[in-house]
Amino acid sequence: MRRHNVNQSGRSDGQPILFAHGFGCDQNMWRFVAPRFEADYRVILFDHVGAGRSDLSAYDRHRYSTLQGYADDVLQICAALDLDDVVFVGHSVSAMIGVLAAAREPDRFASLVLVGPSPRYINDEGYVGGFEAADIDDLLRSLESNYLGWSAAMAPAIMGRPDQPELGQELTDSFCRTDPDVARHFARVTFTSDNRADLARVDIPTLVLQCSDDVIAPVSVGEFVSQQMPRATLVQLEATGHCPNLSAPDETTAAIEAFLHRIPAQT
Amino acid sequence: MTIGQGDALEGFIDALLDDNAGQLYERAPCGYLSTTPDGTIIKANETFFALTGYRRGELVGRVRFAELLSPGGQIYHETHYAPLLRMQGTAREIAFDVVRADGERLPVLVNSVLERDAQGHAIVIRTAVFDASQRREYERELLRAKQRAEESEANATRLAHTLQQTLIPPTPPVIPQLDIAARYRPAGDGGVVGGDFYDVFQVADEEWVVAVGDVCGKGVDAAVVTALARYTLRAAAMQHSSPAAALTVLNAALLASGTDRFCTVACLRLHRESGGWQGTLALGGHPRPVLASGGTAALVGEPGSLLGVLPEPEVTDLRLGLAPGESLLLYTDGVPEGRDDDRFYGIERLLALVGMLQSDADELAGAVLDDVLAFQQGTARDDIALVALRVPAGAVSA
Repeated sequence: MRRHNVNQSGRSDGQPILFAHGFGCDQNMWRFVAPRFEADYRVILFDHVGAGRSDLSAYDRHRYSTLQGYADDVLQICAALDLDDVVFVGHSVSAMIGVLAAAREPDRFASLVLVGPSPRYINDEGYVGGFEAADIDDLLRSLESNYLGWSAAMAPAIMGRPDQPELGQELTDSFCRTDPDVARHFARVTFTSDNRADLARVDIPTLVLQCSDDVIAPVSVGEFVSQQMPRATLVQLEATGHCPNLSAPDETTAAIEAFLHRIPAQT
Repeated sequence: MTIGQGDALEGFIDALLDDNAGQLYERAPCGYLSTTPDGTIIKANETFFALTGYRRGELVGRVRFAELLSPGGQIYHETHYAPLLRMQGTAREIAFDVVRADGERLPVLVNSVLERDAQGHAIVIRTAVFDASQRREYERELLRAKQRAEESEANATRLAHTLQQTLIPPTPPVIPQLDIAARYRPAGDGGVVGGDFYDVFQVADEEWVVAVGDVCGKGVDAAVVTALARYTLRAAAMQHSSPAAALTVLNAALLASGTDRFCTVACLRLHRESGGWQGTLALGGHPRPVLASGGTAALVGEPGSLLGVLPEPEVTDLRLGLAPGESLLLYTDGVPEGRDDDRFYGIERLLALVGMLQSDADELAGAVLDDVLAFQQGTARDDIALVALRVPAGAVSA
């Protein structure tokens, strides 16, 4: 659990709601949304290995060479905490990580909430993902330029310190930082993934939260996801950009709550 | 200069009056723009338009800042820059490429602040945009240099492995009625060529030579000496039937080569006879091999002088027989000197293990290597080379 810097709050006897952050930052992406569920749910937050304050020494290039490796981590966390009837909320690439986890162990999950999902970022015949393959190289260059300031000496202060208190001032600079090699690898794995065929494998109630004007996950992609998944509902948010959990936490929370109230909890 | 009178004062006042707030904004030495919290451009200065080549009417109220970025930059904007800004109110020294009106890319560094009202609601993002063309070119050169350095390192490691393979035969030859197996394990991660070697080769119809050696030191210099030792020994063994004589030739070759590296070698010449093998063993400063017979194990051979040090080394031949069911293990000092903190693996432990095993050569070599590695928690402090020989129990005369 230290490996993933797992943090729990809310009702210990409540239905578990597991929040997974996307590529770029860490579990703090949920800090304006997750607390709203503490009154009714058992809230679980974690960092993917390689991100935030996870245990960087646990980073295994081979394991994380596909999104399935991250999905297996989600299942391990569920098993270690003995979670059942889980509401999985995944942002960005973690939406697909949730789909893969639910496809492998469907009984573990009650429902999925996919925030800005994209099963494939690169355009393909008859499919618009929004990017060309060359754009991903451009992203990798962008990462390199921006990680020049990364210092390996800083890593111990940032990583693997789950004993430290909630995001302090001294850490605010760090939550979007990670080892440059890890960031590059995660970026490549994320943006070259193709999980379109996995969508139909998940037959549990699913909410697709689609932003307006999201360059990473355009509206047409959100529509594709909801059409491919047997029990998906698409909700179009007014929020713009790719991170409604930060830019529009009220609207995001309300949409998730409305969806969850429509699904009776399993007994 | 003091400002107080005449031209100086006049110039001061002119500059002060000219540099009003409007000028300060429009002609600042950096691009300056304001956007709504979702990024729509609401205002930008002349410098920004000059840098990017757009006209005011093309951008203001129409375009989000992220849309001016390269595709990769847009992803970085959404996954790093925007969250940072939301979370901590500022983002500093973020590198982007702005796609100019003419399609060219302009490398920039941006600093942004997010202004909030008294209730904490986001109102406006202010961003300063600095032309970073030359700095970025320099950074790219640094990155290229770093990549070249990494490639060189990978090349050096690959070369080390290749060189090592030329010093260690991939598999020992098949010798009728002699079971033979070898193991080699470089120290640490194997990135540096070690000085250990072994060799097994035929010198006559029924005669074979087995050599295990260790050149002091590591790296390319040691590898050169290792190669010299190996081919000198092959040539000498062809000319001299006495292993001690072959080692004396090697000693002379090392002294003549001018290297200050010495080495240790165990050299065994084997002749097949009825009912087993007759051997002649000579040691040049090398750890004594282990002979296992009927459940007991003992060291054999006369230690002898290090090779490459003395003009007249003391090396003597010792005759030994290998009967069916008996084994002989030759090894380098990486075995007895395997360390766990301040404890050595030691000869006693080796004798106990070899005496206990009644297995074929491959199992024997494997078991010894595994045990030495386990003793050192899996990482060898020094190179380890092993050759195990066993006369099969059912061996009959040629």
